Formats: sequence, structure tokens, C-alpha cells
Amino acid sequence: MFETLSHLTLQQYWWIIISLLGAILVFLMFVQGGQTLLFSLGKSDDEKTLLINVLGSKWGLTFTTLVTFGGAFFASFPLFYSTSFGGAYWVWMIILLAFVLQAFGFEFHKKPNNLFGDKTYELFLFINGFIGTIFIGTAVATFFTGSPFSVNSLNLSQWETPWHGLELALNIHNITLGLTVFFLARTLALLYFLLTVNNENIEKRIHKQLLFNAIPFVLFFLIFVIWLLIRSGFAVNPMSGEVFMLQHKYLLNLLEMPLILIFFIIGVLLVLFGIIISLLKINNKGIWFSATGTILTVFSLLIIAGFNNTAYYPSTFDLQSSLTIMNSSSSHFTLKVMSYVSLTIPFVIAYIWYAWRELTKK
Amino acid sequence: MLENIDFAIVNWSRAQFALTAMFHWVFVPLTLGLGFLNAFTETIYYKTGNPEWKKLTKFWMKLFGINFACGVATGLILEFQFGTNWSNYSWFVGDIFGAPLAIEGIIAFFMESTFVAVMFFGWEKVSKRFHLASTWLTAIGANLSAVWILVANGWMQNPVGTAFNPDTARNEMTNFWEIIFSETALNKFFHSTTCGFVLAAVFVIGVSSWFLLKNREILFAKRSIVVAAVFGLISSIIIVVSGDKTTKHVAEVQPMKLAAMESLYEGTENAPLVAFGILSGKETEKNITADSNADFLFKIEIPGMLSFLSFNDSQSFVAGIKDLVLGNEERGILSYTEKIERGHEARQTLLAYKNAKEENPNSELTAYLKEKLNDQTFINEYFTYFGYAPYYDENPEILQQNAFKMVPPISLTFYSFRIMVMLGFYFVLLFVVVLFLIFKDKLHTKRWLLLILIFSIPLPYIAGMAGWIVAEVGRQPWAIQDLMSVVVAISKIETSSVMITFSLFAVLFFVLFIAEMMILLKQIKIGPKIEEENSNV
Repeated sequence: MFETLSHLTLQQYWWIIISLLGAILVFLMFVQGGQTLLFSLGKSDDEKTLLINVLGSKWGLTFTTLVTFGGAFFASFPLFYSTSFGGAYWVWMIILLAFVLQAFGFEFHKKPNNLFGDKTYELFLFINGFIGTIFIGTAVATFFTGSPFSVNSLNLSQWETPWHGLELALNIHNITLGLTVFFLARTLALLYFLLTVNNENIEKRIHKQLLFNAIPFVLFFLIFVIWLLIRSGFAVNPMSGEVFMLQHKYLLNLLEMPLILIFFIIGVLLVLFGIIISLLKINNKGIWFSATGTILTVFSLLIIAGFNNTAYYPSTFDLQSSLTIMNSSSSHFTLKVMSYVSLTIPFVIAYIWYAWRELTKK
Repeated sequence: MLENIDFAIVNWSRAQFALTAMFHWVFVPLTLGLGFLNAFTETIYYKTGNPEWKKLTKFWMKLFGINFACGVATGLILEFQFGTNWSNYSWFVGDIFGAPLAIEGIIAFFMESTFVAVMFFGWEKVSKRFHLASTWLTAIGANLSAVWILVANGWMQNPVGTAFNPDTARNEMTNFWEIIFSETALNKFFHSTTCGFVLAAVFVIGVSSWFLLKNREILFAKRSIVVAAVFGLISSIIIVVSGDKTTKHVAEVQPMKLAAMESLYEGTENAPLVAFGILSGKETEKNITADSNADFLFKIEIPGMLSFLSFNDSQSFVAGIKDLVLGNEERGILSYTEKIERGHEARQTLLAYKNAKEENPNSELTAYLKEKLNDQTFINEYFTYFGYAPYYDENPEILQQNAFKMVPPISLTFYSFRIMVMLGFYFVLLFVVVLFLIFKDKLHTKRWLLLILIFSIPLPYIAGMAGWIVAEVGRQPWAIQDLMSVVVAISKIETSSVMITFSLFAVLFFVLFIAEMMILLKQIKIGPKIEEENSNV
């Protein structure tokens, strides 16, 4: 069935899958958000352990999604993998170190004879939650702001600053998205705890914390989105492949892809709806709305970064080195093979859903 | 070109990858084997309903859990390091390497991470049947994860099923099945996963022996030993068979690795196998004056054995390092200098094509060069050696020296190979003796043997590491055999950056390893419990 599809269609298909995986990953980073709340929500050891156990059964899923996201990106757009990972070395290394701390944090916490004591592993979890969200958010923002790299005619890439990605953290727009993701992850974690934790004291703290996190989240999100819609973007001439700056490119992308615009608006509204019903204590099911909303919003943002003749990984050093879904992808044959593999995704989602339903039934 | 390469960054990048891979391999093999052992013992519990088997399963599962997350975390670092430290390589192989990696993520990792949660948290929540299925699926998922990364590694050792695309300047996949079912990949898979099975079996037997020695949990220990020893014996036989197949295949596709494994400088018919030997250390000079005999202080040889192991015929010719570097016309072996020159010609043609295309994509010259690059004879005779190009030099003397620089480290490969093989046979013997004594019900009376079994626990780890050293160090300087050397594969970053991250990883891994050992030992001391709370792992 995929044989008949053109290379471009397959490239678009894989960008959709990457966007979906990225969107699910951002939602699942509520685990990271929750890790940063351990100290403010859990006042006693028992309370902290309760929260860690609630997150502990989910962290593997976030981790696996991150691994799959990385693997799928490598497979479908290897030039991004080589350019960004090899270039923004420090950003990715810091993210990696933070994720190692997470695995050991969950694994060794509360284990007898764990060498450093439980508090150290709680600190590991906090560091992962803090760095993981802010740095991943900052790195994703570069899809819209660009990075200083060049790619030569043999497709070998080079980072053009000695800071290897650390300079990206000095860009205020990148940081805005980093903080948006940080506060979103915390907000989603609070909504998730509201649904899953049965403890009056913690519940009270959740409601207090929700306001403190939802407000900065909304503020940072608005700043990022307004700035995104008014800024000029990295457009591609589909005939020549030439990259050029176009005023309001991302706003135009939304307007020219009305379905994505609808997804985006519904997504934002759902996130807000989930927060509001939780703040007003109407019920504790806000997470379902906010989670769906997060996935729709992030999905739309990633689509407008790469679709409609846009360079998704722009170079600020040399515009023509910018990566597009056309010039950075795997071959037609490889994308076709992987597309067949992607048919298993609904089956994977089905068994995850079935397994979790069985686990939470009683 | 070689004079422009900073070898410090190459070596630090290799060191960092080796460190991470080694640390990963501390955790992974145990989960590969213990996963199946859990499945076996839980199946017995499911069939018999005897709670003792449940107790036994839960104990080993707990140890599995402590290892599992560490394996996952280090696996993530490995995956991302392909991009961070081997940027050029990532681009070059992304089209082939990426697909197995994506499949691994979508199919295997989710299976593993979903059902491992059911396995740990589901004892009292899901049906016995669903729990058993989850334990099996966790074991299968863990081993499926290994399939894909080993397929990718197999391709790096023997790049089949692909073709070079001059427009993208990389190899692209042309035949998925050829990559998946390449003999290299199959050998790798059987050899590496069964290595995990043997390791887990030795681990279970060693820990159980400790219980026997302490006169604790006697029935639990004996039952564990029976299951592990049977599993271990079958696996160790597969290891020996797949090892033999691997050697024959290496002789065919990576003759230099074989020569390095044997420190064989002069090729010969009826080649002997060095059963035991001590190198003099001179071999590190890796030059034209090197000599197979002078390089040994002492050796015991088995005549004709290397020829037999390599080609099933004790009279066959096995090429030595000098035959491969200097060429051997009689045997039809092209010299490295010739290969370097041909690789250089291929690279120059590619660069000329790129320039011509940039100037005018529709010119006659562009069309001519493209045709040349796609010509099968040119591909077979020149492009096959594309990876040799960076070693080119106009000065024939330097060219010759560069050719010798392509010889892999010999003593490390030589000793690692011997350690791996000797330990492999030791494990077969160990399982046979343990099975014999356990069925005679005499194992618990032999204290000296119990001590040996306890102290054997680190040995399969050493054997596994040694095996990877043979596979990876023995094929230097290649990241991808004949197509891309490590000097080209690396990212363009400062050496200091990699030195810092290497140190960070080294410290982090070391302290976490100590913590892991302490937790593991504590759990073993606590021992199995009949009514355990739901594991929080």
C-alpha cells in the first residue's frame, strides 16, 4: 500500500508520526513535572513515597516514548539527528545526564542499603524534572528560532559556535518555551495527582499549587504563541528548495492549513478547560481534557514547523543549510519499509491501554 | 588527509562510547536471561499452583527489576551518542541503521516497558494467566530489543543490502530482508543473547550456591539451580556453535580481524591455532618487520586448527596481517595501499560530481560522472574501498605507513579472544558438573565447589566484555567495514567537551554501579519471602 506513495507523501507521513510522538512525549512529561513537585506536595516521607509510587508506574512509558521519538527521528530524518545532536552537543548531553538520574532515582529510591540515602534519589528526580522539561522545551523552540550550523555538499554538518548549543539557552524566545513546558508539565502533574492520589492533605496542596503553576504556564504560553504568530519564519521555495524569510510564516501556516488551526484552537481550549474545572473543583477529571488538549496543541505546533513548505530546523548561520522534511529524510525505500512498521502503532497503543486497564481495574 | 585529523577527539569519542556500551552490557545480559528464567519458573508455578515457586519467581524478579531500569537508562545514552559523538556516521548510516532502531522502539521497547509494569505491579491485580503472559512478553520484548540493535551492529561489520547514493552522499537501503537476515546479524543475535542466558544462569547458580553455603532456603536454591543449569547448558552449547559460525564468517568478511585475533602476521596453509600464548609486546609496532613467531614469548599451538575453524579444511590458507596490508597476488589479495588509492579515486570522483552538479546540474560532465558513480564495475572495483580514502597520501612512504595504521590493536584483540573462548568452555563444564551433582543430590555437600560457583559470577561478565572487545576493537579502524572509518565518523566538536562528558559519565556510572551492587547484595541477603508486599520496582 505504501509503494504507490511518493517520496514527499512518505516524508509528510513521517513528519506527522514524529509530531504525534513529540506531542505524546510532552504530555507524558507530566511525570517530570510531578518529580519537581515532590517537595512542595509531600511534606512527610510517606506522602513523598506515595507520590513517587504514583509516578513510578508511569515513568517507563515516558522514557520509552523518548527513546522511540529519538529512534524514529533518526530513522526518518537522519540529517536532523546528525546535525542537531552532534552540533548542540551540550544541550543533548545535559538532557541525557538528567534522564539517567531519573531512571536511577526511581529505581533506587526506598531500596535498602542504597548508598546515598533516599533524599539523594529524590533530588535526582527533581533535577530530571527541572532540566528535562526546560531543556527539551528550549531545544524544541529552535524549530522556530533556528540554530547556528552549516551543512556541506556531502551532508556533513558543523556547529558554528564553540558553545555547542548552550548559546540557545540565552535566546529569550527559546527560554519562554522551555518555561512553558516546565509549568505545563507541573500543571499536568497536579491534574494527574488530583485524579489518582487519595489524600486530603495532598489534595489541598494540589489546589494551591495549581494556581501557582497554571498562571505562569498560561502567561508563558501566550507570550510564546503571540510572538510565534507575528514573527517571520523560515519558508522554502518548493521548486528550487531555496530557504527564505517570510513575514508571519507560522500564522500563515495555520491559516493555510485550517484543520491544523482547528486542532490548535480546540487543543488550547481543552487545556484551559481541564485547568479551570479543576481549579473550580467541579470534578477531578481535568487531566483528561488537558492531556488531550496538550497533545493536539503540540501536534499542531510541530506540524506548522515542518509542513506547508517550512524549514523545520532552520540555520541562522546559513539559511540554505536549513533542514526541511524534503532535504533531511531517509530514502524512499527506507521510509516505505518503516511505514509498514508504523502500522503496528495502533496495536501497540491497544495493548498498552489494555494492560493499564487490567492493572487499574481493582 | 590523515595529518589533518585530530586523533585525540577520535580516541576520546571511542572511549566514551566504549564506556557507555560496557556499562550498558553490565545490566542488559542479566535481564535477557533472567527474563526467561522468570518466565520458566512462573510457568511451573502456574501449572503446579505451588506457592514456593511463586516465592522463587518473585525473588529473581526483584533482582531483575534492579537491573532493568539501569539497562534502559544506559541504552538511551547509547542511542543518543550515535548522534552526539558520531554525527557524520549518523548521517551516513541513518537510512539503514535508523530503521532497525525505530522498529526496536515501536515494537520491542513498548512491549517490554508495558508488560514489565504488569509483571511487577500486577501480582494481585490481574489474572494468573495474564500475569504469566506478561512475564513471557517482558522476556520476549527484552530479547527483541536486542535483535534490532544487533542487526544494526551486524550491518556495520558487514554492510549488505545497501547501495551508495552519490546525490545524498550516503549508503541507502535496497533490501531490508538482506540486512535483517544477513549471516553476520544472525550470528550476532544468537551469540549475544545466549551470552545473556549463560550469564543469568551462572548468576542464579552462584547466588543459590551462597544460600546453600549458608544453609538457608535449601529447596529454593536447589530448584533455582536445576532450572538455571538446564537453561545454561543448552545456551552454552548454542554459544559454542554460534561462536564457531562467527569465526568462519569473520574469516570470510573480516580477515584482518581474524589475523589480529591470532596475531598472525604471515599467512599460511595448515594454519595453527594458538591455544595459549604470551605476546612479547613488539607487535604493537605494527610494521613490515613484524613476525608471527618473534612476537610470542611463548605459545602452544594446535596444528591446522585455525585453517579448520576458519574454512572447515585444515589445509586451507589463512591470510596474515602482512598478506592483507602488503597484498598477496598469488592468493588474489589486494594490498591496503591499492585499496587506499582506489578509495581515493572513488572519493575524488564523488567530489568532482558534486562540484559539477553545483556548477551545472544538466551538464554533460555531471551526467558522465553520475553514470560513472553508478557503474557496477566502478562500484565493485573502486567504491567498495570508499572508506580507505582518508588514509591516502601522495608520498608512497607515508601511504605505506598509513596502511599499517589500519591494523587493529593486536594484543587487546588476541587476549580478549582467548579469555572469551576459554570461559565459554568453562561454562559448559560448570553446567554439566552442577547438573550431575544436583541430580545426585550432592551439590550442597561440596563446599569448595559452592565457593567456586559463587566466585564464577563475574566470569560471564568478563567473557561478554571480552567478546565485544574482539568484535569492536578487532575491526578497527572501521565504524562501518570498508566504508567509513572512525576518523571520518566523529562529530566536529572540541576534544575538551568529550573529555568532560567522558569524566562525568565515568564518575556517574561508577558511583551508581557501587550503589547498584550494594542494593543487589542487600536484596540477596534478605532472601526470598513467601508473602511479599507488591514490589515497588
